[in-house]
Amino acid sequence: MRGTVGALLRKELLVELRTLESVPGMSLFAVTTFVIFHFALNRNSVDGDLAAGILWVTLLFAAILGVNRLFVADADQGGFDAFLLAPVDRTAMFVAKALTLLAFLVVLEIVAVPAFGLLLLGPSLGAAMPELLLVLALGDVGIAVIGTMVAALAVRTRARDLLGPLLALPLFVPIVIGGARASAPLLALGHQTAASGRWLATLGLYDLLFGLIAYALFDYLLED
Amino acid sequence: MYGKGLRALSISTAAVMALALGLVFFYAPLEAEQGFLQKIFYVHVPLAIVSLCGFVLGGLLAIQHLRTREPRWDMRSYVAIHISLVFAVATLITGSIWAKGSWGHWWVWNEPTLVSFLIVFLLYATYQPLRFAIEDPERQARYASVFAVTAGAFVPMNFIAVRLSTAYLHPRVLGSASNLPGSMRLTFIVSLIAIALLYATLCKYELTAKHTRAQLRALRRRLIGDQPQARRPRSAAPALAPSPPARARTAAGTGA
Amino acid sequence: MSTVGTLAQLPALPLHTAGRYVAGAYVVLFVIVLIYVAIMAIRLSHIERDLGELLDNAAEGELAEPSVAPPAAGAPPATAGKSTLA
Repeated sequence: MRGTVGALLRKELLVELRTLESVPGMSLFAVTTFVIFHFALNRNSVDGDLAAGILWVTLLFAAILGVNRLFVADADQGGFDAFLLAPVDRTAMFVAKALTLLAFLVVLEIVAVPAFGLLLLGPSLGAAMPELLLVLALGDVGIAVIGTMVAALAVRTRARDLLGPLLALPLFVPIVIGGARASAPLLALGHQTAASGRWLATLGLYDLLFGLIAYALFDYLLED
Repeated sequence: MYGKGLRALSISTAAVMALALGLVFFYAPLEAEQGFLQKIFYVHVPLAIVSLCGFVLGGLLAIQHLRTREPRWDMRSYVAIHISLVFAVATLITGSIWAKGSWGHWWVWNEPTLVSFLIVFLLYATYQPLRFAIEDPERQARYASVFAVTAGAFVPMNFIAVRLSTAYLHPRVLGSASNLPGSMRLTFIVSLIAIALLYATLCKYELTAKHTRAQLRALRRRLIGDQPQARRPRSAAPALAPSPPARARTAAGTGA
Repeated sequence: MSTVGTLAQLPALPLHTAGRYVAGAYVVLFVIVLIYVAIMAIRLSHIERDLGELLDNAAEGELAEPSVAPPAAGAPPATAGKSTLA
């Protein structure tokens, strides 16, 4: 299993490195969205709740771009059939794809979070830093798990670009709740406090629960 | 076979519903804070509870479908989710009416039940478009079941998350079901049973209707559609031969 | 708190504002169930119509020779599969 996951993961990352399909688009989308927020909200800087909200919404929609593209190559070019013929555990595909999406999200955030700090954020990012990374990490795991699941569900339907986001967004709501609530005190102006443990716990539990569910159900999506 | 017991079920639903209405309007005392408006509680909260349980039930039935691959479990899962969705809409509407009466706004964000219902509604509203977008019936049933299980697990987690996010900001707007005085509790429980029975009746009704339509289609296929089928030794004449149960059920599953 | 058997204060039936809302909420439930009944009634009438057609077809089939099949009329059954779920 580990070998399979490793091989698949390497293939995914190689493909992405060569074609640069998803990550540059996602990062550019995030930065452009920050600019749009500046004009939409008519503000030069944001902090606290508003900052946390803008950051998480932008990350979420950029993630959806990645989710939409996650299985498209496999569906269109027969990758599913090839994988099904191999004598490997099918859940390995789920793990590999989820790790791929996680990697994409990490790179996205390496670009988007400093951009956010530069363009819109009032208080400095540095003070928020180590804890913000923890919150982002927990959120990313959840987005990766749910995103992979929804992508696999939507890719072989007729309106795949529409159905994917529609399915994913309600499932993302608890991640947004946990992530935004946890980040808000970190991004507050002046008196910055620590992220409350309960939101981190919520995020962690949600990730765990959906990880287990997706792991159990993914097989059923692949048979054909 | 689905229609058996439907009559008894619907009669008992009507009886308990009448009892519940009587209790609500003639027995339960007026609540101190909200007065007469509080009576909406007896229809809104049972609808919410039954709807949530229905969604989780849909997930459980879907698990059964994934395990046994029999189409009838998929049909049951579909009906459970469908009726729960209707009840969810009713929950949102009655909750909105209650909010308007209490606070003057048709929507309030600090009532966690309403908010999580909105999210759950938005999620399950994609269930039918998802099914519609997959043409192969076996794959449609399988994907729908995966969705139903995921969404069924999501419902309680979502509830908890939303409740956590509003608890510390404002007290509950619309009141909770805990610590009710005895007469109110009795009324509430009877109302809950009435709505639950209504749910069961509507589910059985819908299953019977779907099954009947599937049998009709199977019958039509045998009489008019496939000629070779009519010539098979098993049913030589185009008369109305009784359809074997397994056939009808498969047709019901793939047809529904 | 009321004891068992005590008639609580009867709500003032002339509708003040709260009464309107309560009535609205219960009416919503009633209307939703009624709409459902109406949809089922429409489906039932379709079933009745289809059964009538089939009966006519069966009658025709019996009058004609056994080897001559009645002309294959009627909607193709396959499309009905998707429409039930739409």
